[in-house]
Amino acid sequence: MNRRKLEEAFFKGLMLLSTSIVVGSLLAVFAVVILKGAPALSLSMLTQTPKGGYYLGKEGGILNAIIGSLYLASGATVLAFLLSLPIVLYINEYAGKSRFANLTRLSLDVLWGIPSIVYGAFAFIIMLYVGARASLLWGIITVTLFVFPIMTRAIDEVMKMSPFKLREASYALGSTRLETALKVVTRQTLPGILTAVLLAFGRGIGDAASVLLTAGYTDSVPHSLFDPVATLPLAVFFQLGTPIPEVQQRAYASGVILLVLVLLLSVASRLSTMKFMKYVVK
Amino acid sequence: MSKPQISIRRLNVFYRERRVLKDITVDIPEKRITAIIGPSGCGKTTLLKSLNRLTDMVDGVRVSGNVLVDGVNIFDNGIDVTEIRKKMGLIAQMPNPLPMSIYDNIAYGPRIHGAKDGRKLDQVVEHCLQAAGLWDEVKERLEEPASKLSVGQQQRLCLARALAVKPECLLCDEPTSALDPISAQHIEAQLVNLKKDYTIVFVTHVLRQARRLADYVIFLYLGELIEHGPAEAVFTQPNNPRTRAYIEGVFG
Repeated sequence: MNRRKLEEAFFKGLMLLSTSIVVGSLLAVFAVVILKGAPALSLSMLTQTPKGGYYLGKEGGILNAIIGSLYLASGATVLAFLLSLPIVLYINEYAGKSRFANLTRLSLDVLWGIPSIVYGAFAFIIMLYVGARASLLWGIITVTLFVFPIMTRAIDEVMKMSPFKLREASYALGSTRLETALKVVTRQTLPGILTAVLLAFGRGIGDAASVLLTAGYTDSVPHSLFDPVATLPLAVFFQLGTPIPEVQQRAYASGVILLVLVLLLSVASRLSTMKFMKYVVK
Repeated sequence: MSKPQISIRRLNVFYRERRVLKDITVDIPEKRITAIIGPSGCGKTTLLKSLNRLTDMVDGVRVSGNVLVDGVNIFDNGIDVTEIRKKMGLIAQMPNPLPMSIYDNIAYGPRIHGAKDGRKLDQVVEHCLQAAGLWDEVKERLEEPASKLSVGQQQRLCLARALAVKPECLLCDEPTSALDPISAQHIEAQLVNLKKDYTIVFVTHVLRQARRLADYVIFLYLGELIEHGPAEAVFTQPNNPRTRAYIEGVFG
């Protein structure tokens, strides 16, 4: 065999290896969590709040954390989107190749890199300053801070890629910048925007550190923005940390629920993306 | 010779430090086809895109001089550029359908300019698609994405879309260069049909096409206006030796 064929075979093998490590680790995580959590999984996990003593409860369910996480991640995703879209439209459709746009992108990249615990600590300091208690509201604010750079840059990347000729077509018909941004560019990038939003939601729902200090924890479902709120990642964290085996097992069951939620989300995003891909101009 | 619709006066366009168009002064006649010819990189497209101020969209472009459309200088302060662009329809070199259905592509322009009545829009869409020679091919599938059309059909869609905002002029930037010969013929035929109602300016580097279509010819070379006049005269008895050389194919 000559050198080029060897090269080809070697790199193909390398690619297969990397790919199988990725798929393998996904399956391994699933397997461990499901195997360890399955005995504790029951319908009551999904439908009841914790019961049966031992602080986090060895009976009942984690409805408090499921609802709490959904509230928190949804609220933060909506807020982050309201913050992201104007930024992205501005740096792509208005600011052009200005230094300001580049500075904004750089800031977002730096914000992206900040660990979520730092956002948690930052929000916590502000909470101390204004005298606020840990609550759903502050959890939402913290998670918003933490996911909006991710969402913004993800949308930004797809908008940057959308072709200039589309904008030209729109301007040539007498559109304003806003019309072009909202009716043409946003439409072209809708699948990407959707992916970015769901990516942010996924990050928000899965993060424990940012809400550790800001959202509190509770056994009940929150009734207002000012109540403390339980979240799934924190439920897993606290349950794993107890010395009681029954409760530890329930941590894995909670993990399964979180995994399934995120998985459902990914599938939903894939499906809806395909629907919106129809009109996209290549 | 009909009256001029577009009067270009001492138009200079700079791209950063480079002067792309040099002191262009020429009149473009109403309801005729005017061809801008010249070798690649001579400023044809820049001249065309100055006429609806699409040059504004490019970073680093600066313009001096006047372009009068119906007697109004489009570079005056306080001019509503969206009105200028509504008046001067553009057909780009590559078909550029919008990311929406065939119907919405045509309806987009009228809608942003305030059209709301659904039935009237239906009529506009049908009328424009017919004027562009596309209606019979798409009338059964108006809700399909425009990107599903063939490239030739897309270009006719773009023509229909330009017509939908009721322009006075059509600016065509080598509108057939990306198309197969049959589609190109379609477009050419539509342009000839349309010249009774519209002032058409088109850029081409295909001399045969200019000979077939043009009533009036503008020859640019390295950003300078070398010669302009009725097509007959320019093609048969060019005054300038450079025009003659270009037409005879000495350089391209």
